Amino acid sequence: MVCDNCGSGDAVVHLTQIVNNEMSTFHLCERCAAEKGLETTPEPVNFPLTDFLAQMGEAGAHPTTEPTGACDFCGLTFADFKETGRLGCPHCYATYETHLRGLLRRIHGGTQHIGKVYLPPDPTATEMEKRVEALRRKLQRAVDSEDFERAARIRDEIRTMEPAR
Amino acid sequence: MSGVDDLTPIPDQGLSWLEASGDHADIVMSTRVRLARNLQGYAFGPRARVNDRQAVLRLFSSSAREMSSLRMGTLLELNDLDSRSRRILAERRLVSRDLLGDAESGPAQGAAVLLSDHDPLSVMVNEEDHLRLQTLVSGLRLQDAWNIVDRLDEELGQDLPYAYHHEFGYLTSCPTNVGTGLRASVFMHLPGLVLTKEIGRVLQGLAQVGLTFRGLYGEGSEVVGNFFQVSNQTTLGKTEEDLVDHLDRIVRQVIEYEAKARQTLLRDARAVTEDKIWRAYALLRYARSLSFEEMMNLLSGVRLGASLKLLPGLRVYTLNKIMIFTQPAHLEQAAGRDLPSAEGDAHRATFVRRILETEGDVPPGPPGEGGLS
Repeated sequence: MVCDNCGSGDAVVHLTQIVNNEMSTFHLCERCAAEKGLETTPEPVNFPLTDFLAQMGEAGAHPTTEPTGACDFCGLTFADFKETGRLGCPHCYATYETHLRGLLRRIHGGTQHIGKVYLPPDPTATEMEKRVEALRRKLQRAVDSEDFERAARIRDEIRTMEPAR
Repeated sequence: MSGVDDLTPIPDQGLSWLEASGDHADIVMSTRVRLARNLQGYAFGPRARVNDRQAVLRLFSSSAREMSSLRMGTLLELNDLDSRSRRILAERRLVSRDLLGDAESGPAQGAAVLLSDHDPLSVMVNEEDHLRLQTLVSGLRLQDAWNIVDRLDEELGQDLPYAYHHEFGYLTSCPTNVGTGLRASVFMHLPGLVLTKEIGRVLQGLAQVGLTFRGLYGEGSEVVGNFFQVSNQTTLGKTEEDLVDHLDRIVRQVIEYEAKARQTLLRDARAVTEDKIWRAYALLRYARSLSFEEMMNLLSGVRLGASLKLLPGLRVYTLNKIMIFTQPAHLEQAAGRDLPSAEGDAHRATFVRRILETEGDVPPGPPGEGGLS
């Protein structure tokens, strides 16, 4: 079948559109489809986590050894993780830290969280410091975007924490 | 908690996000921000045992009683609800389909949702993550939505020991959510871009700037009625404010493209566009049987018409309401019984006819020139 658009290429993408109940079908070659912004893979939108995980397991490509054994806390093995794409518990992040770092880099482009710093119910001094640091960044941002109401709230929050340091 | 067979205890029925009040409410139906949080010392949802789930629910509900924003809320344990009420919660987007469990076994032990009585705020308990804090507001209001959910997170975090890692941030069951645990989504109606065939390029552009899109009801669902849910793809390595601002900036650009596409339609194909819109309206106004999908496609045309003032006298709120109340569980609730799909289609058509008759005030003739009067 030839491409509806250029008339020469081999049609590999078959697009059916239904607009207000009128159905129309186009047959396009790979190049014309790409020009029209259509992906040739059927599901470009869903995050291919399982693909990532499958790649990690491919022998040869990454000769790093896969962790054996299981998470001390919940018993999840690395094979379990590869199958479901879900970790078992907070401890899994420590158990599989090295392997996760590579995965997180590929998913998110990095591994370091720079958002809110969590302050647990009974914080240590270092935790307090980190938190105040993050709040200062937040404050600067609010000032930059001239959101003074928000800035005032953050400033108050920093003040309540400072005597404790 | 005793059995709840209808949802009357839910404040405003969890539907304030339908009111079409926020910015660009004709193009952006709603804005949602959710934070995934887990508690230290318990396995995550998919691996949690019944004891874990019950402990998480207990800890959360006793903590929620102390929170100013949740104290007067309604806690619904999903196993205490009948299946129709559970599906209604999902149709109102207050809980995910995952929380309902599969059709056979139903929700997992301890699966629950807490709905705030004064903020558009809810917390899902024992889904994939222990807690999913969510706010759902009308129109484009990303910064507001983030502030609402951030405040609750601050309060809850002071009381509940969250699972947090100095490098990876807030820990989640799925590594795609780790870090901030934040997913912000904007639910948009983009018929102009679809009709002018520009949508492919726009969606491809979204992927290039780290955003992702889905159809109507989240993961894996198809695009129906030209509704797209646009959200951030990554959650780690950026601040929450950056994620929210970035999405806001891009969504505003998409709105501009959509507005331009609509102007192009009016300029180059006004007669055809008007005809399509009026045909869609006529079908909705008089049809005797409508599948949900057909109705959504027709509503898309009518929504475009209302937004372009080609169908005067029709409010976006009315159209939002139709979308929610014509879903299967809502129709069954109104009928007071289960409806096989053919009957459901008839009930749907009747509902749409009635609401357009009572709430629409569309004059019979087309506005402006072109009509025979």
